[in-house]
Amino acid sequence: MGTSMKYLCLVYMEPQKLHAVPDSECAACGAGMRSRGVLIAAEALQPVDTATTVRVRNGRVSVTDGPFAETKEQLAGFYLIEATDLNDAIQTAAKIPPAREGSVEVRPVRELNP
Amino acid sequence: MPVTDPLNNVHDTISAVYLADSRRVLATLIRLLGDFDAAEEALHEAFRTALEQWPREGVPSNPRAWLVSTGRFKAIDAMRRQARFGALEEAGDADIAVIDTAAWADEESVEDDRLRLIFTCCHPALAADAQVALTLREVCGLTTEEIARAFLTPAPTLAQRIVRAKGKIRDARIPYEVPARADLPERLDAVLRVIYLVFNEGYAASSGATVTRHDLSAEAIRLGRLLVDLLPEPEAIGLLALMLLHDSRHAARSSPSGELILLEDQDRSLWNRDQIGEGIQLVERALASRSFGPYTIQAAVAAVHAEAPSAAATDWAEIVGLYDALLGIAASPVIELNRAVAVAMRDGPAAGLAIVDAILARGDLADYRLAHAVRAELCRRLGRAADARGSFERALALTRQEPERRLLERRIAELGG
Repeated sequence: MGTSMKYLCLVYMEPQKLHAVPDSECAACGAGMRSRGVLIAAEALQPVDTATTVRVRNGRVSVTDGPFAETKEQLAGFYLIEATDLNDAIQTAAKIPPAREGSVEVRPVRELNP
Repeated sequence: MPVTDPLNNVHDTISAVYLADSRRVLATLIRLLGDFDAAEEALHEAFRTALEQWPREGVPSNPRAWLVSTGRFKAIDAMRRQARFGALEEAGDADIAVIDTAAWADEESVEDDRLRLIFTCCHPALAADAQVALTLREVCGLTTEEIARAFLTPAPTLAQRIVRAKGKIRDARIPYEVPARADLPERLDAVLRVIYLVFNEGYAASSGATVTRHDLSAEAIRLGRLLVDLLPEPEAIGLLALMLLHDSRHAARSSPSGELILLEDQDRSLWNRDQIGEGIQLVERALASRSFGPYTIQAAVAAVHAEAPSAAATDWAEIVGLYDALLGIAASPVIELNRAVAVAMRDGPAAGLAIVDAILARGDLADYRLAHAVRAELCRRLGRAADARGSFERALALTRQEPERRLLERRIAELGG
């Protein structure tokens, strides 16, 4: 018996195939993983159209429409947060330290319709 | 009451109410319904109902409150029909039971709704071009086709931009609110940027669809006025002043055949004195606040021009000083270039040229057509025809505006062979 590790499984889809897998199947998968005790958190995301990129430079928060665009930046971590609306989410995202050096993409979570 | 044709009269009233109040009604409906599309649909339903009912039953005492409450009722009704089963039905009944027109007629919350609408349309999480399109559509009430024509963009592209922006407002939950005091300066900047962009789009263009595009400047000034009424911040006042002072020269900026006329060659008797008077008053008001910014300073520059009887009799020293102040708070190579022109007018072309050459040597404005046009003009005044020609040609290669191209070609021709 070794100690357990945590792994992040990132899901990538072409936008036009976003609904190729029924939500019910994803919900069932999540429920199954949860009952086996292997799931920590899982969420579907709204399309990339809804993305907002937050950066902090010289102490000032800059907000732009769209996903992070610089290809030299790599996914380095994630925070799943709760917020009342996008402004609230931006405020929280701006406090994530790497926002000073890189970018934080803020994407709303989509509720599954099982 | 001596009413000859009551039906026509009511229709005139409805048209007048639409012009004066439809954007206010929309802004409030968006708050009440929480959705742009539902609010627009509700607005149309409300006016359709007014057209049926007002001729029969008379114009209500508070038409705006009536429209809001009717629009809201229709929208809830439509939602209920769509979701016949489910929780919405019970919620809907409860909602309709508390219709209270007095709450929506209250002036303050209605004006807040207009500000909410402006700040939401200009939210920085929306793409810049979408902010402009959405503001013109929702706040000004322009049709998608009108906006497309004015921006020389295909209507379907523009429509898509608006649909996408509304989708993001809904799905990413951009709140419908006036920003908190702490966020206001930054958020207000975004609103001012959108208004100034709309203004410049109309002001800079003077070819082709001239008339339509000047309408954009007028629309921007209307927006600027609305913002000053709702939120009299110094920079909002400064921007309105800047737009009025620039627009005051509209009639003098091009010849009847559409040729561009530079400031120093303009017939100043064609400048609009009413706009200048109002602009100067606003500049003074913004300056008196002591918390003004770049728009106010640029307006102050425009005011110095507006008060001068001719280019030669302009207080160029004052203008150089204003540009120094502007560079202190918002340094940019374009402002340095403007300052160089003022220095040339104050101290002679050689002094101006030295500054322009230094800016170009840094490589900052290498692709900016006006930097080369200014350099060419200063060289011409110094009798350096070959240098002037080279720079005019560089400017010509960079310009994309037809009247500007013709002006540069005339200048090159005037240099002689």
